[in-house]
Amino acid sequence: MVERTPILNFFTHLILFAGFVFCVAPFVIVAIAASHNLKDVNDVPMSLLPGSDFWVNIKTAWTTADLGPKLLNSFIMAFGVAAGKVIISALTAFSIVYFRYPGRMLMFWLIFITLMLPLEVRIVPTYAVVANVLEPYQAILDLTGISWLIQKISGVQVQLSLGLLNSYSGLILPLVATATGTFLYRQFFLTVPDELTEAARMDGAGAMRFFVDILLPLSRNNMAALGTIMFLWAWNQYLWPLLITTDQSHAMAVTELKQLIPNVGGAPEWHIAMAGTLIIMLPPLVVVVLMQRWFVRGLIATEK
Amino acid sequence: MASITIRGVKKNYAKTQVVHGVDLDFASGEFVVILGPSGCGKSTLLRMIAGLEEISDGTIAIDNMVVNKLEPRERGCAMVFQNYALYPHMSVSQNIGYSLKVAGVPTAERTQRIQAVARVLELEHLLDRKPMALSGGQRQRVAMGRAMIREPKVFLFDEPLSNLDAKLRVQMRSEIRKLHRRLSATSVFVTHDQVEAMTLADRLVVMNGGRVEQVGTPAEVYSRPASRFVATFVGAPAMNMLEGEVTLEGLSLLGGSRKLNVSRAGLAVGSKVAVGIRPEAVRMVAPGTPGALEATVDLVEELGAGRVIYVDLDGAPFSVVTSETVHPEPGSAIGLQFAESDLHFFSSETGGRLDVFKASVPEPAL
Repeated sequence: MVERTPILNFFTHLILFAGFVFCVAPFVIVAIAASHNLKDVNDVPMSLLPGSDFWVNIKTAWTTADLGPKLLNSFIMAFGVAAGKVIISALTAFSIVYFRYPGRMLMFWLIFITLMLPLEVRIVPTYAVVANVLEPYQAILDLTGISWLIQKISGVQVQLSLGLLNSYSGLILPLVATATGTFLYRQFFLTVPDELTEAARMDGAGAMRFFVDILLPLSRNNMAALGTIMFLWAWNQYLWPLLITTDQSHAMAVTELKQLIPNVGGAPEWHIAMAGTLIIMLPPLVVVVLMQRWFVRGLIATEK
Repeated sequence: MASITIRGVKKNYAKTQVVHGVDLDFASGEFVVILGPSGCGKSTLLRMIAGLEEISDGTIAIDNMVVNKLEPRERGCAMVFQNYALYPHMSVSQNIGYSLKVAGVPTAERTQRIQAVARVLELEHLLDRKPMALSGGQRQRVAMGRAMIREPKVFLFDEPLSNLDAKLRVQMRSEIRKLHRRLSATSVFVTHDQVEAMTLADRLVVMNGGRVEQVGTPAEVYSRPASRFVATFVGAPAMNMLEGEVTLEGLSLLGGSRKLNVSRAGLAVGSKVAVGIRPEAVRMVAPGTPGALEATVDLVEELGAGRVIYVDLDGAPFSVVTSETVHPEPGSAIGLQFAESDLHFFSSETGGRLDVFKASVPEPAL
């Protein structure tokens, strides 16, 4: 229903504005709190007029929590997850949509099932695997007696071990291996006309050539959308980085935010915590602003 | 330039058979049009030649080499699709040159060949545009350019004109014809439009229900349709068909209400036939003229150059095409007259042609 009357226009804008205020208010309060000094931020109620210590607080937050390297870590991880997702999803969807092979439906459902098993559900086994990626193979060797045999024959004890704790790969890979993006791509690939595939075949392009030359350029909006969502999602991950990064050199910005939150018995430095929050919020915000044009197109429409 | 030999080709989709054993020979450099109603298997046949569709049974050979198991790119065919199937993200020159790029032709040579093709198709000023920014006719020409640039042995056209408006279709038709004269590559053109088929074809293949009904020059197909289906499918308005029975005196039509005194050479008395007569072969005369069939005018369609007059012949629809400037009033009676040699006889059971007047039909001049 498209109706345009001045009164209706007024009310729709009113509703929009109310929604906007409702969404933005918490951020405004955070920003105001970040500009107060220690005394003002702990006033009840807190003054809603901005204070004058904004930059001082930002600087304090930055140095206290050593945010520089942590933001970099977060960025590497979020970017890695986003890129990995985009690539894996495109490839799996390509396989499912364009090839007929035995077990195709099985693959499809296996991928589908990963949607029902998010990382939080399988976090213990995932941790075990990341702690030693080769553990399952070691178990197979031990159970079948092969390692015993090898030890008897050569005297070498087989001990497979490849730990990914405190590493970028350990942070990124488990987050990449889920199916969310596959279905986005699948839906898009299904809308690509068959004649395009056939034209490419007539032009002599093989499967991978078609994928790289035709499908990928056509799905760039999808890529942008998926990449943005995954970047935000990975940036905001808390549980997984907390679990596997014991080493400060691989700490994430989001998990390290807790260092700024006042401890029981410590000074209630909420203004510093709020300033830190603002800093950590900034990169995802920039990504959304930069990508939003592509992002919206990728989610709503298929380009003709 | 290549000949195409099709032997006993069948196509099954799961359990349904859509092409029931087709045997065809296309000579090198020939322009063949496959004509048929939608769902007759003509596109499937074309796609089997192209290699986009697997051949369930039989063989297809290009230049005497069986290509059943070859990939499309190895068959030397180029195809123009109904929806053009241009790559939307590539410019016109990239679209045209894509097959060369895949084949690893160096950029300099590629540019040169794209230029050459663009010159022939008058696309030079559009080379940097995206398909989105082109009109239907221009897209059509880009699609042809993409096929031409590979200098293929065989051109395949899958209803390439059906998305164009009427005027453009006529124009593209003659362009395709001219192009074929220049390149003289074997071309197979699939369409359901009989005007397209008649004007383009060196040879016409009429298909129906997954079978070939007739193969011949357009003139042959028009003047000596091999079956009742071909007779009614080719020609507009369609050939009039009257059910009848052979009697001692000649023919008894429409359950005995009309009699025709014609020689019944070769036809057994009592056999059931369908008598066909082209609307163009019927003359209108004054009602009551001896030997003429009497009918009532239903509707007159003005075509400018002529008129189609729909009449009612004891309930059976019948049409007459005339170029005379007559305007019979709907409801008035008229007489219909035609030469015995213009009658076509088809078996009522099989639909096949019964050659009663073989000798009197002149061989069509090519």
